[in-house]
Formats: sequence, structure tokens, C-alpha cells
Amino acid sequence: MRRVFHTLTAMTVLSLASPVLAQGTLRIGMTASDIPLTTGQPDQGGEGQRFMGFTLYDALVAWDLTRSDKPSGLIPGLATGWSVDANDKTKWTFRIREGVKFHDGSTLTADAVVWNFDKLLKSDAPQFDQRQASQGRSRIPAVAAYRAVDPLTLEITTRAPDATLPYQLAWIGISSPAQWEKKGKNWQEVAKEPSGTGPWKLAGFTPRERAELVPNKDHWDKTRIPKLDKLILIPLPEPNARTAALRSGQVDWIEAPAPDAVPTLKSNGFQIVTNVYPHNWTWHFSSAEGSPWNDVRVRKAANLAVDREGLKELLGGLMVPAEGFMPPGHQWFGKPTFKLKRDLAEAKKLLAEAGYGPGKPFVTKILISPSGSGQMQPLPMNEFIQQNLADAGMKIDFEVVEWNTLINIWRAGAKHDSSRGATGMNYSYFIQDPFTGFIRHLQCNLQPPAGTNWGHYCDKEMEGLFDQIRTTFDAEAQNKVLEKVHEKYVNEALFLMVTHDVNARAMSGKVKGFVQAQNWFQNFSSISMAP
Amino acid sequence: MLSYILKRLALTIPVAFGVSIVCFMLVHIAPGDPLTSVLPPDASAQLQSEMRKLYGFDRPLPVQYGLWVMKTLQGDLGVSIATGRPVASELGKALGNTLMLAVLATMIGFLFGCLFGFVAGYFRDSWIDRLASFVSIIGVSVPHYWLGMVLVIIFSVQLNWLPATGAGPGGSADWAWDWVHVRHLILPAMTMSVIPMGIIARTVRALVAEILSQEFVSGLRAKGLLDFGVFRHVVKNAAPTALAVMGLQLGYLLGGSILIETVFSWPGTGFLLGQAIFQRDLPLLQGTILVLAMFFVALNLIVDIVQSMLDPRVQRA
Repeated sequence: MRRVFHTLTAMTVLSLASPVLAQGTLRIGMTASDIPLTTGQPDQGGEGQRFMGFTLYDALVAWDLTRSDKPSGLIPGLATGWSVDANDKTKWTFRIREGVKFHDGSTLTADAVVWNFDKLLKSDAPQFDQRQASQGRSRIPAVAAYRAVDPLTLEITTRAPDATLPYQLAWIGISSPAQWEKKGKNWQEVAKEPSGTGPWKLAGFTPRERAELVPNKDHWDKTRIPKLDKLILIPLPEPNARTAALRSGQVDWIEAPAPDAVPTLKSNGFQIVTNVYPHNWTWHFSSAEGSPWNDVRVRKAANLAVDREGLKELLGGLMVPAEGFMPPGHQWFGKPTFKLKRDLAEAKKLLAEAGYGPGKPFVTKILISPSGSGQMQPLPMNEFIQQNLADAGMKIDFEVVEWNTLINIWRAGAKHDSSRGATGMNYSYFIQDPFTGFIRHLQCNLQPPAGTNWGHYCDKEMEGLFDQIRTTFDAEAQNKVLEKVHEKYVNEALFLMVTHDVNARAMSGKVKGFVQAQNWFQNFSSISMAP
Repeated sequence: MLSYILKRLALTIPVAFGVSIVCFMLVHIAPGDPLTSVLPPDASAQLQSEMRKLYGFDRPLPVQYGLWVMKTLQGDLGVSIATGRPVASELGKALGNTLMLAVLATMIGFLFGCLFGFVAGYFRDSWIDRLASFVSIIGVSVPHYWLGMVLVIIFSVQLNWLPATGAGPGGSADWAWDWVHVRHLILPAMTMSVIPMGIIARTVRALVAEILSQEFVSGLRAKGLLDFGVFRHVVKNAAPTALAVMGLQLGYLLGGSILIETVFSWPGTGFLLGQAIFQRDLPLLQGTILVLAMFFVALNLIVDIVQSMLDPRVQRA
């Protein structure tokens, strides 16, 4: 009887204890080749920010990553709120969240935020870090000056009125000044034991091999305290190696499985999680003198020639056919009148109106890459489109260059010799905020080498709209302007709008509670591992 | 002997100088911007120019080369642009991992290569010879990255016997010579051993056949030596060349494992070199190529010295 009693007691204790027992270790195979920089401004692009940015750090302004059914919006992060001066639209006030602690136990203040801006922008500051500056400085071009008004109030002055400032600040992770002091004012040492305010703490890492993150149980947002005991990040840049690692049980989750591996993974019981997100895969047209794309009829003809549903089939369903420059359902989509559908008859008619036909065939050159971050499967996809356009009577020649070379050409501009006379470029874009989504591609003063308006586009009406984006401080009203910009993008067919990636990731059936936000960044706090 | 060693050592100086020029120039001739890995794609022209100045890429190439050589001679290979970590420390860790893999692969390759080569050469034109030759030709011909993937599919994905990637559950930093870690070494080492195995087998087969046709072998038989005794003499005569080939193969494996290390995510020099190429990480690329080339030169030197010890005729030549 006593033994039964003891057994029952033990079982009761165990069952009561189980909710607070560890909820497992999640091992993720990243596409990155190295552990992203850990000090606050990660390298390795969007993936670096996803795994080593918003895990260890918080920004003043955060992305709402809790919903999968609508595009993410901005929410308060380390700032509980912000406002712009009614009389001076360059002056912003941010109220710093009270009682937030860094992982090392020090307290977040407005001075700590100022110290972080100096780390990126003030080259003669003792804490200035070139590696972080090279990542972070270009994210906050609007910031001209900043000061701590009091421990919980920060004032930022912009170069000109710029309502996109909150989007820019969402890139800047705030790291601990106290930890930098403690580590001998040496960023290399801080990198080994960084300290942010984020929901995860870095427990250790081996360069190029793995990083171990553990929960920050004292995070200021109780809903973001991780359920897992440990998150392990493993760089696996080779797609087949990632798939093999998942299938052999070495990792529980892989980023970007190769489309041809998806059916096998599905048939072996792995979950394939996808969602639309602010990414697009386009041909960026040149507006330089002599470019055939300067004629809107030609641009529309090309857009009407593309068989997006056929392309989706080619990619095993892992894409969202473009209906505009932004993904369908996006809050800035608006109501463009030009519909992106395959209509060869209309495409041929438009081409004929533009003066092309048997006597004057349409021939032009497009720059493409064989691979690259966000480029999906560029060779078969471009060849498919080449065939589509040929059906409409447009002959496209490709100039294939390596991905990093393409980036350099993109920076240099369509008029530069390195563009080799091409009139378009296949490029995939991060389009998550007004600047990266619209402004940088087409603003007059961002023509190379000043910016990345590769095609040298310049249009008075578009300039006016961009100015309105920057000077409209009410979020709803700003969204209306952004809708107008998008409508102009689509109605004038300013790009060859082809597809949006779906951010595919494959994971074991044991992974529970993941909500894939419509965002480049994700929340790992809600995840647990089934036994 | 000493003068021979000194002469060989002196010859390595112009070789090292030549290697440094070739690797510096090759790295700089290749297209691409070295700042690609540290700057976001849409970094402003001003930021790019600041960074170019900071890393010294705005200086003329001969000046950059001179500075690099001076630093290298002082043991400073610079700092990786992509990671900000010293090249020497990146390379040191990777070299240790590759050395482990290459030595094991060479041992497997040498063992089986010699076995197949001796058997094939000794039983020339028999079915054993044909079988051994077939295996060695397969070894030389098969693309090793393909073989690696096939082995992963069989032993990791289907049978779940061996891990597919990495250098152990805690990474190479926690490496220990126990089964948990050693099992990570098996598939890459097996894949890597296939080429040296094939080459050594082909070399040894030809050597053995040639030695067996020499007069001293008939003399040995005439003196009444049994097959085993003759075989011992054949092995002794074939050893210097087999060793030289093995040394060269080890050199190749130390630097030529980019594909295998990428397939198995093995954190060695090949993986490092592959990443440095993709990231245009010039200091890392230059440092890695230089050190690997010098490894190759050093291995050749060692093999020459060992060869001269085994065969005094080499010294006289």
C-alpha cells in the first residue's frame, strides 16, 4: 500500500512539474555560412537580423511578428511611444521603456541609446565600431542628431522631415554600454559574450559552426519569453547538406529547402511552412536614353507575356504570382488598374503599337545571375520568362554574371560600363518598409553612385509622392500615399513584376507553435518541441 | 645529407616568393568587390569609399602587396573582412580540422591503394588485377562530391548510421576522440580517400609490374626465395615512389577539399576557402592560399628528404 502511495505521489509530482519542465532544444540549419555578427548590428543580411538581431536585441521600434494572416506592422519596442514636434517636423521624441535590463543586469536609459547611435555614427567615439557601423549606418540615413533629454526621453533630429524614421530605427539593435566597459572596451571580446535586451541570450558560439542561445527569462515583454530551453543555430550554406541534416535528424528545422527536395520532405512527414512576405523577384528596367523600356507599351507588353502560373508550377508551388510590386493583400497594394495576367494577344498588340514587328524585331539584353540571396532559382526562372517573352515576339539575350558582380553592377547603375549595355537586370528585393520597398529604386537623387536607383528613373509625379511619404506623419494617411505610389508602380509597369518568394522552411513534426509572420524576421519565443 | 637538405631549403625561398605573388595577383584579378561581405547591398557610395580606405583597398596594388608581405613575414596574416577575426586564428582552427580529415583519408587511401596496387601488379592480367584496376579507375574517375552525396543518402538519410554534416554535436571546439565525434569523420574521410586510393593503386601497380620484370627479381627467385621473400623486396623497391605519391596526395587533400568539406559542412580549410571566395574576403583568401601552398612546398620537401633517406640514388641525382 505504501509503495502504491509513493508511486502515486511521484506521478503527481511529475505531472505537476511537467508544465514547467524544459520544452526542448530547437536546432536550426541556416543558409548563412557563418554565425552572424553578435554585437548588435548583424551581418549576413535579413537572415543575420532574423537569428542574431531580434533574438539577442530589441530596437526602439519593433515589428509585430505575432500574426501570420496579415503583413507585419510597427509596434513599440524599447520605446513605448514616439511623436514628432508639431512645429518642427525634424524633431522627434521617443519615450524609453522603464525598467528594461540588459542581459548583464545594467539598465536601459536614453543615454545608452545615444551611446549606441555614437557606436554607429560618430567615428571618433571610443565605442565606434566599424563593423557595426558598416551594417547599421546606411539603415538610418535620416538621423542628423540625437540627445538624451532625461533618462527616459530621447530626442532625435532628422536631416529633413522624414516620416519613415520609425522604420529606419527598427533596424538598430541596442547593445549594453556596461558590457562593452566590462569587456575591456573591446568589441571582439563583446562578440563572445554580447549583451542586449532581447528574449534570447547568447550562451556561446563556434565561428562557422554553431551558436547556442538560451532564454532571457527576465525579458520585459512576458509574451516573448521563449518556451524552449535552447535554440541552436548551425550554418549550412549548401542546400543538399541542409536537407540531409534535416532528414538524418541532425537539425529540426532548415531555412529555404531546395524546391526539388520539398515533395520528398513532405512525403517523409516533414512540415513545409510558407507564407507570403515582402520580397519580390523582378526585372529592374533601365530608363537610360535608348532603353526600349522607356515606352510604357513595351513594359506592359512584357508584363502581359509572363506566364506566372506556369512559373509557379515550375517551382513546385513555392512562389506567389505577382499581382503588383508588393505581394497581394499588402497594406500598400491599393487598387491598381493594370492587371498582371498572361494576355499574349494584348502584349503583341501593344508591341505593334510601339513600333515593333517583323520589320523591327524587339531585341534587348538583360543581366541575370546563376544564384544569389533571394534570387530563388534564377536560371530556370529566367529561361522560362525568356520563352514567355519570345512567344510575344520579344527576343531577350542574357548576360550571366556572378551574384556579387551583379550587386556591384546594381550599385554602379545602368549607364555604367559594367552594365555592358543591358537594359534590365533580374534582381530580388527586400521591400519591407517605404524606403526599401519604393523610394530607393526610383528616387531621382538616388541614381548611382549616390544610391541604388539602378535604372536612372526620374519622374516628377513620383518625386512628389515620395516627398509626401516623408512628410505624412499620420500612419493611416501615410499608408494612403504608399498605396498611390504602388498603384503608379503597377499602372505604369515600371518593373517586370514576376513573383514573390514564400520564405519556405522545412521542419520536423516535433516543432510546435511557430507562427510564420509575413516578414523577413520571425519570432522564436512561441515555439516548443514535442517530446 | 645536410648539404642536400640545406640546398632543398634554399630552393623553397624563391618558390615561396613566387607563390605569394601568384596568390596575391590571382585574388585581385578575380572580379568582385571585397567589401561585398561587410556592406549591405544598398550602402551609399560615400560609405563604400570610406570602407575602401579603411581596409586599404584604395592604395595601388604593389603597395598593398608590399604591406601584405611585410606583415606576413612578421606572422600577421591580417584580419578577415567578413568576420573581423584574425586570419591566423581562423586558419589555425580550420587547418587542424582539415589535417585530421586529410591524414585519415590519406591513410585509408594509402592502405587500400597499396593493397590494390600490389595485388594487381603481382597478379598482373588475372581477374584480381582487373578487379583491382576497375576499383582504382572508379576511384580516380568518380566525382567525389557526388560520391559524398550518395554516401550521405545511404548512411545518413536511409540507414541513419552516421551523421551527415558537421564536426560533432558541439562543433569542432568540443572535439574528442570518442565515437560520438569520430563518427562525424567517417563519411568525409571515406569520400576523400577515394582519389588518393585510385592514384596510389595505379602507380603501385605499374611500379610492381616494372620491378617484377627486372633481373634482380629473377636472381632472387634463382637464389630460392619464396614468393613472400620476393614480395618483400618488391615492396621495399616500390616504397619510395609510393611514399612520394602519398605525400603529394596529402598536399592535394589539404587544399583541395572545398567540395567535400562543403557537402559535409566540415569546418576545414576547404570550407573556409569556399566561403572566402564567395564573400570576396581577400585577406582570408590570400592567407589561406599562401599557407596551403607553403604546406604543399613543405610536404614536398619532407617527402624529398625521406625519399633520399630511403634511396641514396635520389641524393646523387
